Amino acid sequence: MILPDPGPLWLTLQLAAVTTLILLLLGTPLAWWLARTRGRLKPLVEAVTALPLVLPPTVLGFYLLIFLSPTAPLGGLWLSATGSPLTFSFSGLVIASCLYSLPFMVQPLQAAFESVGRAPMEAAASLRAAPLDAFFSVAAPMAGRGFLTATVLTFAHTIGEFGVVLMVGGNIPGRTKVVSIQIYEHVETINYAAAHTLSAILLVFSFTVLLAVYTLNRRFPVHVG
Amino acid sequence: MALSVDIRAGFADFSLAVAQEFPDDGITAVFGPSGCGKSTLLRAIAGFEPGATGRVAFDGEVWMDARHHVPPHRRGVGYVFQDARLFPHLSVRGNLDYAARRAAQDPARYSFDDVVDVLDLAPLFARRAAQLSGGERQRVAIGRTLLARPRLLLMDEPLAALDTRRKGEILPYIARLHGAFGLPILYVTHALEEVTQLCDRIVALSAGRVVAAGGVSAVLERLDLADVQGRFEAGAILRGRITGRDTAMHLSRVDLGGATLDVPEISRPEGSEVRLRVRARDVSLARGRPEGLSIRNRLAATVLAITEERAGAFAEVLLDISGQHLRARVTRAAIRDLGLAAGDPVTALIKSVAFDRQALPRPPRGGSQAG
Repeated sequence: MILPDPGPLWLTLQLAAVTTLILLLLGTPLAWWLARTRGRLKPLVEAVTALPLVLPPTVLGFYLLIFLSPTAPLGGLWLSATGSPLTFSFSGLVIASCLYSLPFMVQPLQAAFESVGRAPMEAAASLRAAPLDAFFSVAAPMAGRGFLTATVLTFAHTIGEFGVVLMVGGNIPGRTKVVSIQIYEHVETINYAAAHTLSAILLVFSFTVLLAVYTLNRRFPVHVG
Repeated sequence: MALSVDIRAGFADFSLAVAQEFPDDGITAVFGPSGCGKSTLLRAIAGFEPGATGRVAFDGEVWMDARHHVPPHRRGVGYVFQDARLFPHLSVRGNLDYAARRAAQDPARYSFDDVVDVLDLAPLFARRAAQLSGGERQRVAIGRTLLARPRLLLMDEPLAALDTRRKGEILPYIARLHGAFGLPILYVTHALEEVTQLCDRIVALSAGRVVAAGGVSAVLERLDLADVQGRFEAGAILRGRITGRDTAMHLSRVDLGGATLDVPEISRPEGSEVRLRVRARDVSLARGRPEGLSIRNRLAATVLAITEERAGAFAEVLLDISGQHLRARVTRAAIRDLGLAAGDPVTALIKSVAFDRQALPRPPRGGSQAG
């Protein structure tokens, strides 16, 4: 048994954690807006949110590479503000992962908020709860299962990311070399033993996480209605 | 006049246009058939209808007009929904605390325990909404609303989702609310029994317009409101006092201030005041004083007015009985054959079984059902 280099594993977990946290903060208001709005913009925003589900990761990665590069406005701004480029950096990977995993956060949350509906929010308002108060005290707890699902799916999906990382981040140890890239490299160099170990770790991890989610959902059903 | 409303709201299938003043005292029924706009009116008052335009003011404070829109949570309006809307992630106690924590800071007219006592909520504290019966859920919802200390209480068909027995359980609690907590209440319903038992005033709506407003008795005895009340539900209210009981025959005797009525037994002490609704279709008329009938209630009456349907078989007769009004619905042929006209003395016949269980007042809690 060859022990794998812990660097890529640790980097992957960091990337997934940071991405999930950022998406919780940005995806929650977006999902709430999508669940409540009756505006004409809704289908447009929904389609954009779902794009990463159907686009090949290489396409997403290609456009990101262009937008994040130091010659593009966003990449240039970042370079002048921080002194380092976004491409082939951990920060660039985080931005790419947030876009790539966006639907996995927004869609379960939107569904959960839609099933909560307007009725409990009206009840909260009639009890003098301001909208933000009502969101945290009523809508969020009632959508608890949606938050759990969204968080876990986002985290797990970010861990499994490959194509976008390869395009935007490349293969720099300690900065952008995540597990999936490492496995690819092992296979390329015909180091099957190391590829086996890392793949097994990812397989067991993903399965355990999903099993935990489905078990929790069963045991602690969120009472709605 | 505490609540002043001048609201318009347009929808695909109907429009609402209501301009009405509501006094800040007592229970006012907002009454009408399903789809007449009662709930929309209430939701607009609470601030839940973004499509409503016009003006809403309460106690001199403008809640809505062309320039203002006070958000619902700042209006201090308590809203009891037809479907209770308890928070499923909290226990009953948690639901009550939720409201109490957010209550206005103004001097309390009543305490947490007062609300719990009046609505008998203590035994339910540990339960969740899913573990409550429909009637219990509604009681908790009412208590929760009161604990937010509203300035105005809106009740949107709070009994509509309950079966007859549960309605009977919860009606006495609602009847006690106004006296115990002194809040003005708007009570939306399409059930006349609830109006007659609970409410002091009535605003009747039909197709989004106010068709009648005033004291409950005065409005219900008007002959031209058959549309609103429904042809078979039209009737009048008699007020009386229980003067005796025949336990063997399960009858109670009600004195109407001169005339007396036999009704199925009411489990209330002698001397209690009762309101009885008598449907017009349950009242027959006779010349003179007929004998040998199974009908127990034969009341001397005077015809006040007769309204005949223009193209129908029936006529509505308004009667005076010892100063109270009663309505009778009879055929036009009967009017012709008896030669009835305003001012005539007649005998009004009411079968005791016409006082159905739903229409009779019930004991406050526990106890045997009035029959």
